[in-house]
Amino acid sequence: MSAQSNIVLRTEDIQKFFYHPVEFHVLKDITLEIKNGEFVSIMGKSGSGKSTLLYVLSTMDTRYEGKLYLNNRLVTGMSHNELARIRNQEIGFVFQFHYLLPEFSVLKNVMIPALKLGRKTRHEIEKDARRKLDILAIAQLADKKASQVSGGEKQRVAIARALINEPSIVMGDEPTGNLDSKNSDNVFRIMRELASEKGLSMLMVTHDEDFAARTDRTIYLEDGRIIDHNRQTGKDKK
Amino acid sequence: MISGLIFDISRTHLLTRRRQSIIAALGVTFGIGTFITLMSFMTGLNQLLDGLILNRTPHVRIHQELKKSETQPIERLLQMPGTAAIRNIQPKDEPKKIPNARAMIQALERRSDVRGIAPQVQVQLLYLAGSNTINGVANGIEVDSEMRLFQFGDYVVEGDPLKLKRTRNSIILGAELAKSLSAQIGDNIQVSTADGEIFQLKTVGIFQSGLADIDKVQSYVDVQTAQTLLGVNSDYFTDLNLKLFDLEKAPLLADYIQRQFDVSTTDLQTANAQFETGTNIRNLITYAVSFTLLLVAGFGIYNILNMLIYEKMNDIAILKATGFTGQDVSRIFITQALIIGVIGGLLGLGVGAGLSLLIDMAPFETDALPTIKTFPVNHDPLYYLGGIVFSIIATFLAGYLPARKARYIDPVEIIRGQ
Repeated sequence: MSAQSNIVLRTEDIQKFFYHPVEFHVLKDITLEIKNGEFVSIMGKSGSGKSTLLYVLSTMDTRYEGKLYLNNRLVTGMSHNELARIRNQEIGFVFQFHYLLPEFSVLKNVMIPALKLGRKTRHEIEKDARRKLDILAIAQLADKKASQVSGGEKQRVAIARALINEPSIVMGDEPTGNLDSKNSDNVFRIMRELASEKGLSMLMVTHDEDFAARTDRTIYLEDGRIIDHNRQTGKDKK
Repeated sequence: MISGLIFDISRTHLLTRRRQSIIAALGVTFGIGTFITLMSFMTGLNQLLDGLILNRTPHVRIHQELKKSETQPIERLLQMPGTAAIRNIQPKDEPKKIPNARAMIQALERRSDVRGIAPQVQVQLLYLAGSNTINGVANGIEVDSEMRLFQFGDYVVEGDPLKLKRTRNSIILGAELAKSLSAQIGDNIQVSTADGEIFQLKTVGIFQSGLADIDKVQSYVDVQTAQTLLGVNSDYFTDLNLKLFDLEKAPLLADYIQRQFDVSTTDLQTANAQFETGTNIRNLITYAVSFTLLLVAGFGIYNILNMLIYEKMNDIAILKATGFTGQDVSRIFITQALIIGVIGGLLGLGVGAGLSLLIDMAPFETDALPTIKTFPVNHDPLYYLGGIVFSIIATFLAGYLPARKARYIDPVEIIRGQ
């Protein structure tokens, strides 16, 4: 049981099909586990199904077979509203194209998921949001409009937003894919720290071998099947 | 908390698209403003026209119609109706007098639903203008009751209607008639009755009914003068004009009087059936035009929100990814539609009120309506209430379809599609 409670995210035998334009088996027999505080990357060639897998794990894509557990709770089959609540509360997202709400201030962007959760007062949420921005070293941007900050800064704002509701896991689809190497390094370092210091689980899809090499573990996908749960990318490199 | 957040997001969306939001709101403003103006103006006009008829027309008119005798003497002789065939029976030479008019007036005035009775004596006569004669009618009236019940005073454009009562052998002439006779106030004119007797009457006033055909032939005299002209005694009346408190009761009462007193009656509803049709059609047109305007405004909002949703695909995806439900997202867009509707609608009330006031002040003078100086407007608060309610309903519907679309947008498709 103690081993069980240590696990944030777990899947059993997930299958997924695309039906358009032709039937296509995208994910095959996916069974995996992510532990508390683990920093995991998912790699694979383009078309291997790694992003598709991430969106299934994120609860946004519900059209799959198999079972998905989050904190040992079966989330497969829950209603859309329940899933929205889970995403709000337990999962943080960072995307490749830093998806902020461009008309709102940086601070507001960070606050919105917490305002949606509605568990704290507005005042407390604002304090939390400022603290998160502080951790990511962008406190000075708080009152700027989201559309007015640079790419690397946007990604850090997105991370701050992902953290605002103290989720159990942060997921990312190529979070550094759109950044130059300096910013990319910076963002990676922040994630690394969050994982090791705050015990936050991280699950990142990437095609960047360097990025993957510095994570705790890399899940390698090929043709929709996990061919390696713990690939040592660095060693394979030629 | 959450509804505050949704309002906050909606407001930000609207404010960052200020120009579009203003155009959408102005569409509603224009629609509602025009709706209110049209309704106020058209119903004002309707009331005026209705009033014209209602003021002047008795709710129930009692008169005696020429009719043929029910039984012919020959039938009485044969004692078998139908055995004698008589064609082209002429009416008996009966006076057009209402029998027992005084008693009838007393009986009817005691009824609680009768506001008043104005008895009249109609006299056919010839106005003598030099060697010419003009065919015409003089109405013998009781000035007091005519003024009280039928606003007679409003139509007397020159002179004092009360002088009709005070001055013996006086007459109030129709405007056109006075012109033909070149009679002015104080002048004497001559009239000849059907029996050939010539009377001299003093002009004490000029009236204008608005209908040239009437003003050309009609005049008013005191009831006693009319009886003198005809050479009849003082219980001779040809018409009793009733005004009721509730005009809806007119047909019933007319029916009752007809049976009770054996006289002919005409009620307002029968006499003016075509008038109500006119009112209904005018209302229908007003509603149709207003509805069309609001529909156009609604389409404007629909269009703008639809565009907004395409522009906001990313926002929708991100909101859904971070825990907003489809309902939350659709509420954001419906809220935007409603904000546009409420603001546009409230401005529309202002515009409507302003335009109505302007129309109300615009001069409108016509010979047909001597008492009207400006355009008639009916400032009924009901239209303002209706306007704001309609603007909210219309914008809600216009926002509903785009919001529904937003509700079912799949965030994965948007995020992966980049």
